Amino acid sequence: MQFDQILQYTLSGLSTGAIYALIGIGFSIIYNATGIINFAQGEFVMLGGLFTLSCLEFLKLPLWAAIPCAIAASTLVGILFERLAIRPLKQPTPINLVIITIGGSILIRGIAMLVWGKDTHSVPPFSGDTPIAIGGATILPQHLWIFAITLIIIFLNKVYFYHTISGKAMRACSYNRRAAGLVGIDVRRMVLFSFIISSAMGAVAGIIIAPLTMTAYDVGVMLGLKGFCAAIIGGMSSGLSTVIGGLILGVLESLGAGLISSGYKDAIAFIILLLILFIRPQGLFGKSNSERV
Amino acid sequence: MKRDLLLFAGFSLLVMMAPQFFRGSYLMNVLVFVGINTMLAIALNLLLGYAGQISLGHAGFFGLGAYVSGIMTTTFSVNPWVAMPVAAIVVGGLAFLIGFPILKLKGHYLAMATLGLGIIFYITFNETYEWTGGPSGLSEIPNLQVGGIIFNSDVKNFYLIWGVTLAVMLFALNLANSRVGRALRAVHDSEIAAQVLGVNARLLKVQIFALSAIICSLAGSLYAHTMTFISPTSFGFNFSIELLTMVVIGGLGSIYGSFLGAALLTLLPEILRGANDYDIVIYGGLLVVMVMYMPGGLVRGISALYRKFVKQKPETGHA
Repeated sequence: MQFDQILQYTLSGLSTGAIYALIGIGFSIIYNATGIINFAQGEFVMLGGLFTLSCLEFLKLPLWAAIPCAIAASTLVGILFERLAIRPLKQPTPINLVIITIGGSILIRGIAMLVWGKDTHSVPPFSGDTPIAIGGATILPQHLWIFAITLIIIFLNKVYFYHTISGKAMRACSYNRRAAGLVGIDVRRMVLFSFIISSAMGAVAGIIIAPLTMTAYDVGVMLGLKGFCAAIIGGMSSGLSTVIGGLILGVLESLGAGLISSGYKDAIAFIILLLILFIRPQGLFGKSNSERV
Repeated sequence: MKRDLLLFAGFSLLVMMAPQFFRGSYLMNVLVFVGINTMLAIALNLLLGYAGQISLGHAGFFGLGAYVSGIMTTTFSVNPWVAMPVAAIVVGGLAFLIGFPILKLKGHYLAMATLGLGIIFYITFNETYEWTGGPSGLSEIPNLQVGGIIFNSDVKNFYLIWGVTLAVMLFALNLANSRVGRALRAVHDSEIAAQVLGVNARLLKVQIFALSAIICSLAGSLYAHTMTFISPTSFGFNFSIELLTMVVIGGLGSIYGSFLGAALLTLLPEILRGANDYDIVIYGGLLVVMVMYMPGGLVRGISALYRKFVKQKPETGHA
């Protein structure tokens, strides 16, 4: 086994891992604010990519304008989803929430299929596709974009959660929703905020990966599940440990696909998911022994 | 109890008379699918509706039953009647072993873990092509045979599948009204309270998970032997979601509801044949609407509506 090859797999694994990390943080933000695992999280990734495509092709917008439009459109869908499906729910038991977010995700995916068709679409890369050589491996400029944007988002996330009032309020909700309500935090508004942030983040993830992997109405399912897997490895934190979880998952998957068998690539993530849930439900880096209920 | 038995006898009679009213191999074939899906929906309902434990991987057990049966009868030329119980034991045993770690999880985590399990099964069906034929599937699976009767026509298959489906229904109805059924509902309402009352909640959950998997395996084997061809696409994540939709639409914890849900979701795509692409939107919409407005499912929702609009009228008259 050549070193170059391993370097190549690791590099491409890191870039998909960054995407998983972004999706995983989206899962964690909603989970921490509301206690909901949003099964529709992956659909926002799909919407991000496809809205960008529409902005480019039908509205003829330049890329720099198409991306914010796509993020705004996906976020709007996130708001509608929270308002129309999550908030009116009369009996918000975990099973009902699982079923309604699954129902919502199928609905969004189905509508996307009717709007954009069943074909796979390609989105142009942000700045050309001349490969860059690093050591014996090569990466595309898009990979660099992915790393840079992921870093920026993680940084913004940190600033929001630790240095703004609304971010601190959301953290309070994640510690104890009842107590947060008692000190005057509007918990329902925080729930809406959490859906806004994570749908926007999902859309960004979808937009930056679309030029590499193409996009279609059904890409959200797998990406969403992998993102959830990253969040589980990170112990449902909305910070660094989920990022590391995503990177570990991306690299393991890429090495596994390259060195063992590409057919089992998707199985790797789920085997890791099951092992973590069985052995360390608090996440790979979690210390507390609290039960995930 | 007597009323329940009478209801079941009436239902069985209606089912058995169905071939008199519905003719043609296309319709018979659809009704065979209704039967298989009813079994699967009942299996999931025992777990979700009674014990309150969600599974998004039941299509995997269905597929495993189909493949064990299919591979044994084609590659190893085993008699189908032997292959079916072997498949059920294999799947049940596997579910029992996985059940211990997986059912420690609750709610969202259980949903994700079972979903992962289902996808691992699906990938395995696709990748172990030397056994399963991979994506192109496994064909020439033999039909079942009793004495001189080979179950190879649609009408014969109808009686075979519905015979088994009715047996599964009767079993599930009895189980629901037994001590076990009450213990399951206790676990559903509060695991701690159930345990305080002497119910071994952990073992019970694993047992019902295994039982549910066995019913799925049985349905899978029957599916393989009636269709004589199986491929991984029938056992994917989408089918697990479809099963969930059937159970939710029919009503959690209602056996006849499972039949209603299975029948509706099997017939709907056939009726909407022209609007083939819309069915996924309709499933999603149905799930959302049902959970929001009729969380008890159709059977209970309709009877509640009936009470509200028909039976309350005399009362309002008095007042």
